[in-house]
Amino acid sequence: MSTIDNQNLLWQVTQFIWHEAAILDAKEYDAWLDLWQPEGLYIIPIEDADDYATVLNLCYDDDKMRRARIKRFQDGFSISSAPPAVTVRTLSRFVIDAVDGNTVVVSCAEHLVEDKFGRQRVWAANVRYTLTSTDTGFRLQEKVVRLLNSDGVLNSFSYLF
Amino acid sequence: MNQLIDVKNIALEPDELVNNDKIATPMYTSAALFEQEQEKIFRKTWVWVAHASEIPDKGSFKLSKVGREPVIVARDRKGNIHVMVNRCRHRAATVCEIHKGKTSSFQCPYHGWGYGLDGSLRALPHPEQYGDDFDKSLHGLLKLRTESYQGMIFATFNEGIEPLEEFLGAAKKWIDLFMKQGGGYPVKTLGEHQFSVPMNWKVQLENTTDAYHFPIVHKSFLQSLDEEAEKTFTFLDGEGFVEDLGNGHSVMVMIPELVDLEEDLDRPIPERFEELAQELRDEGYPDDQVRRIVRAVGGSGFNLNLFPNVACSMAFFRVLTPVAVDKTDIRHIALGMEGGPESANRLRLRLHEHFQGPMGFGSPDDAEVWERIQRGVDGGGELPILVNRGSEQEVPGEAGPRGHVSDETGMRAAYAMWKRMMQE
Repeated sequence: MSTIDNQNLLWQVTQFIWHEAAILDAKEYDAWLDLWQPEGLYIIPIEDADDYATVLNLCYDDDKMRRARIKRFQDGFSISSAPPAVTVRTLSRFVIDAVDGNTVVVSCAEHLVEDKFGRQRVWAANVRYTLTSTDTGFRLQEKVVRLLNSDGVLNSFSYLF
Repeated sequence: MNQLIDVKNIALEPDELVNNDKIATPMYTSAALFEQEQEKIFRKTWVWVAHASEIPDKGSFKLSKVGREPVIVARDRKGNIHVMVNRCRHRAATVCEIHKGKTSSFQCPYHGWGYGLDGSLRALPHPEQYGDDFDKSLHGLLKLRTESYQGMIFATFNEGIEPLEEFLGAAKKWIDLFMKQGGGYPVKTLGEHQFSVPMNWKVQLENTTDAYHFPIVHKSFLQSLDEEAEKTFTFLDGEGFVEDLGNGHSVMVMIPELVDLEEDLDRPIPERFEELAQELRDEGYPDDQVRRIVRAVGGSGFNLNLFPNVACSMAFFRVLTPVAVDKTDIRHIALGMEGGPESANRLRLRLHEHFQGPMGFGSPDDAEVWERIQRGVDGGGELPILVNRGSEQEVPGEAGPRGHVSDETGMRAAYAMWKRMMQE
């Protein structure tokens, strides 16, 4: 574990999050899995909650479910991900919410455009990252994606936010 | 199966649209037919609107739909349930736009007409201009007839329809069995996944009684399970069946040993539930209750398809809302045990997320093939859509014709009811 360099922190987390965004748009999912701490949680809630484990979410992935999800995307047996929609995303409006030891919590805005069947859809979300600083750079400890319309009528997703 | 349908000569006559085990392409594509369905089906029969646990308290309400029409489902101070059209009697604005909550009244935001939880008009600003003979009792929200069975709340615009229990008929037994997944506790809703699919509503109606697609469309889901669970969900070679229950309802039994969740509780606990079982034992639950709860957590081994808009599907409610001829909204409502162990309810949530919803391992693949149907019917309009699988091999069941689990008996049941209603 390495301590946080507060000097360039905003720039460092921004670089990490943009790197993750590029990986997700490119669907380089093995590289994405490597960004995670094994105990990390990837959560896309429907409603706000103190403990997302106790409510229904769109996804609540621990390491096992993340790997199963990626395998499903990659194996070619899921008709909705063979081929998947292509995506272009932008993340911005970064705000560092907290720094504690080797952990930093950063919030940002995400806009994502998907394209499939010649049809484009636009999604917007507030994203909160909890990152752990390690000797080899940041790792994802928790990622919570709050889609603006998460409790409304959505469509199915063949990619990750 | 080489008989083609002369599309030009189909004047949208139910007889030609549904020819026993073949249906014509306009069933999925005709906007005019969709309008007729709203009048002749969704306004004429019992439509599922809510589960009682979604409006648990006095003053609880939720918004729902009967066909395309927005309704409010509310519980009044005496505990009675009311379903009324979400439209002010003055100038038609919706009186509520909050998805669910608690209130003592509904007030129109335009001119302030206020309605009670039972839909009655309570007060309006400056009533004197309407004259002395203005009768508030004639200006309540438009109410629907409302009846419940096992907490499932249905409503209808049709005052003359048979009682709900008669309409459900042979399906009641299966609702009773389905509710055993409370594991000794009342069944309650735990939230819902909602997604919209560019498809006709009948494509979804068919799908809940379609086991044939499961190993194909849901191969990636099956591959994500452990060996034992994968075996449980590989049911096409098993003893399952589909049975026509009358009035368009049908049941598809996929896992016969999970029809009655309280039977044979001594069977070994599946490996994927062993962790939960241990957790419950550690919490002090006696062995028989542990077995009952763990069995319930896995859900029922059947899909009960209720015409026209709801299904009790293994472990959740599947609700469809027709939006347009080529657009249908779907809700997958998660279920759990009211007052049951938190560990059990948590696992129910994770199992629901695993298959259902916009990011599940199952629903997105369903949505993809449903959309592919709607794209496919743009071509070859003269070709029939086949629902004839197994029609020659049906045997009499308890309530109606029974076919192999992968047969299209349930679809034929739904389309027979569709035809009956469209001809009335």
